[in-house]
Amino acid sequence: MAVVKEQDVVPFRNRVREYAVKIKMGLVNQTKLITAASELVRNMLRYANGGKIRIEIVTKGRDNGIRLTFADTGPGISNIDLAMKDGYSTGKSLGLGLPGAKRLVNEFNIQTETGKGTTVTIIKWSNG
Amino acid sequence: MDKIPILKMGSFLLVTIQVDLYDRLALNLEADLIRMVDKTGAKGVLIDISAVNIVDSFMGRILGNIASMSRILDAQTVVVGMQPAVAITLVELGLPLNGVRTALNVEKGMALLQSMIPPGSGDEEITEDDHISV
Repeated sequence: MAVVKEQDVVPFRNRVREYAVKIKMGLVNQTKLITAASELVRNMLRYANGGKIRIEIVTKGRDNGIRLTFADTGPGISNIDLAMKDGYSTGKSLGLGLPGAKRLVNEFNIQTETGKGTTVTIIKWSNG
Repeated sequence: MDKIPILKMGSFLLVTIQVDLYDRLALNLEADLIRMVDKTGAKGVLIDISAVNIVDSFMGRILGNIASMSRILDAQTVVVGMQPAVAITLVELGLPLNGVRTALNVEKGMALLQSMIPPGSGDEEITEDDHISV
């Protein structure tokens, strides 16, 4: 699903919720997942003018989860360690987006190359 | 353009957020609300977020901004009705909403506002709810 403008964020969040409900994720985990997704999609819009998001249901043993992949072709992140630190921001924000999102999900992976773009993958397990 | 209505009730302003917020809408609410505080000389602002499913760092920052800006304009802000899952998520996100007063529901929020405002300040007619568009 492509997200290129701010108004796309609400339908995207609803879509994530539908998937989470489908695998019977609890309300607290749903809220954490959607909040994390909301942070990441904002980064994508603000720094890379949007991008593409893949929503998948994944299985590990008896647990189901949601995997979200955020791919953009923006400027990339030059200092990933700094970007993952609480309170660091190059924009005018609180600097909680990336580190906060990481705390809210079970698996968090970020790949970035300056000038080429950034891909963030998160997984939230239904019982995680 | 979507807009969140702001109701005036006596010397308080009442905002009930019933829709999912995107950033622009939250920013407009912030601006509208501050303008209303200035225009009406309101002493208190009550924001009901019981219908809000997620509050992320941006929305949290807006709530904090509204509280700080209102305070400078001599109005108190109380946020009421936060869903438990939202509260859990906010703290894990690292945004404990310092400086924003909260109450469990609208009734308790109103009581808190009334207790925070010294008697005799502002006009005391709490007779009609008039809706003022900004």
